Formats: sequence, C-alpha cells, structure tokens
Amino acid sequence: MKKNNWFSKIIKFVNGEVSFDFKEKEKEVRRDTTHIEKSLLQRFVEWHDASGFKVFRNFYAAASVVIAMCIIGVLITTVSYMPAYGEFSNPVNNEVTERYIEKGMEETGAVNIIAGVILDYRAFDTFGESCVLFVASCSVMMLMRKDKKGKSEEVFTAYDPKRDTIVKGVAKIIVPFNLMLGIYVVLNGHLSPGGGFSGGAIMGASLILFSSAFGYKKVSKILTEKVVKTVTFISLTFYAFAKGYSFFTGANHIPSGIPTGTPGDIISAGLILPLNIAVGLVVTMTMYSFYALFTREEI
Amino acid sequence: MIAFELVLLAFLIVCAISACLTKNLFSTVIIFMSYSSVMCIIWLLLRSPDLAITEAAVGAGVTSILFFITLKNVKQLKEEDEENNEEK
Repeated sequence: MKKNNWFSKIIKFVNGEVSFDFKEKEKEVRRDTTHIEKSLLQRFVEWHDASGFKVFRNFYAAASVVIAMCIIGVLITTVSYMPAYGEFSNPVNNEVTERYIEKGMEETGAVNIIAGVILDYRAFDTFGESCVLFVASCSVMMLMRKDKKGKSEEVFTAYDPKRDTIVKGVAKIIVPFNLMLGIYVVLNGHLSPGGGFSGGAIMGASLILFSSAFGYKKVSKILTEKVVKTVTFISLTFYAFAKGYSFFTGANHIPSGIPTGTPGDIISAGLILPLNIAVGLVVTMTMYSFYALFTREEI
Repeated sequence: MIAFELVLLAFLIVCAISACLTKNLFSTVIIFMSYSSVMCIIWLLLRSPDLAITEAAVGAGVTSILFFITLKNVKQLKEEDEENNEEK
C-alpha cells in the first residue's frame, strides 16, 4: 500500500503534477533523529553520572600505561640497534669530529671549540634557534597582549612587591654583578664556556629580577616594545646576512676577508663574537618580553 | 667522586618522581627548580660547562619564574593570596 503510494507520488512528481516537498520530509526525519539522539544523550549522561567517569578514569590510566610501555619498548629496541660503544667504525670516530677537534681552533679562531662549532660550522642551527625564540615571543605577544578595554591598572601593579625590602636589597646588590656576568659570558663566548644563549639568559634573568624588585616602570623607560622589536629584528637580520655571506664565500672557496685573529684575544675568531652578541641580545629581549607579557600583558 | 655522582643521580630521580606526585603546584615548581640545579651540577661533572650555565640560567631561573607567574595568573596560588589579603 505504502509502496504504491510512494510510487504514484514519484510518477506524479516526474510528470510535474505535484511539487514534492523535500523540506517537510527532512524536517520529519530530523525530528525523529533528534528525538532518538536526545534519549541517547540522556542515557549517556545518566550512565556518565552514575559510573561512567570511574570507568573512563580506569580506562585512561590503563591506556596511558600501555601507551607508555609501547613507546618505551620502541625506543629501547631502537637503541639496541645502535652500534656498540667504542667500536672503531662508529660514526663518533669518523672524520667530522676529528676535524673539529684538530683543526677547529685553527679554522675558526675560537679557543672554545663548542662556540666554534655552533657559531661557525653549524651556525645555521643557532640561527634557527634564535628564529624560534623570535617566533615564540611573537606568538606570546599575540596571545597575551592586553586589549584596549583590558584590565585596570591595579592588576598590572599587583606583581610589584614595592614594600618588600628583602627583594629590593638583594636585587640592589645582585643585579649589577649579574648583568656584568651575563655580558662577560656573551663577550667571552669564544674563549670560555658560555656564549650567546646562556649569557643572554643570564642578562634576561637579571632584568626580570630588577623589574620585579623595583617595578616595571624603571625598565620600560629603556625597554619599550619598539626597542625590543627593533633590537631583535636588527640582530636576526645581521646574523642572517653575516652568516649567509660567510657560508656563501666558504662554499665557493672564495676568501671571505674576515680575519680570524690570534686565538685567545678578545677580538678574534672572526664572526663568532658579533654573532654571539646578536644571539645574546635576541635571547635577552625574548626572556624579558616573556616576563613582561606574562605579568602585565604589555612590554 | 662516583659516590657523589650516584647521590646526585638518586636525588634527580627522587625529584622527578616527587614533582609528578606532589599535589601542591607551588612545591612542584620548587622541586622542579631543585631538579634543574642538580642537573646543572651533573652537566659540570660530565664536563660540559656550556650546558651547565644554560641549565642554571634557563632551567632554574627563567622557567620557574614563568611557571610562578602562570600559576598566579590561573589563580593556583590561592592560599598565599588569601594570606596576603588578611595581612593587608
């Protein structure tokens, strides 16, 4: 009976006698599904309230253990395929390390071979790191910067412990030496342990200490948002161009014209010192801007 | 020297486990800080002073400061705030 009904209707529709109302049909179908869904949802909620959460917790714990064990197993099997320690044919014993250790000082002019590797042989890695820092600070700026209708002034000054004499006194003694240590670590990156990243982190930490002890207004007299952006941009651009030039000349066997100087002097090691300064500035600005954006949502 | 290293490594493991299991987030960050400073000494013993400097500055310094600020922003340091309000 029904089939006949449908069939005749379709024939009529094809012949153009009846306009078939799809929308109504859809509505009916929708009503049906929503009805079913609702009851399903309700049942799910009831089950969830009663015992589902516990089941889910247990399942979650078991699944996390299983996944962790799987990852551990994969990693351990991968490690077991690695060559044994101390074999002669290991990649550790190939010519790259030998060259770094034997000719590193001669070619880069840096006493600290690590600085020679990360800022001369493998300088693009460090460039990538500083770019990652720059991108991170940009995204933090996008996420955390305050709206124009944002919070009131009280929120931003809530982090300044102005009455805390202990912090103030300690900061007064420590901050100059800390800044000096940071500058020393940056400038002596090619002579002693350290370099742009660690020195910049020390300088940034001392700036953070200063601004948390004496209030942000004193720091933001010098370090405004514009200064931070400009310094970061100039350092990164300088890094890119200097290292691009050096790699270009090196790859084409053209003398680059950058003197390496005598190893051990402050002004030696060619491009490593300015590159260290550039990286240190980028890291300092990034660390301070993280702190400033996290606390009061502007630099 | 080996005994010293073993003590440090044991402390590292204890720190790592207790940082996961502590329920107070404030003390978790403090434990994380001490983990970083012990790790810094271990880097020194492994003869990589560059990493030791970076670990001390970033791991123990800046990261924990950022953690503290984040905890304050999401209002997980509530007890301390209440005490401060009472003092005021």
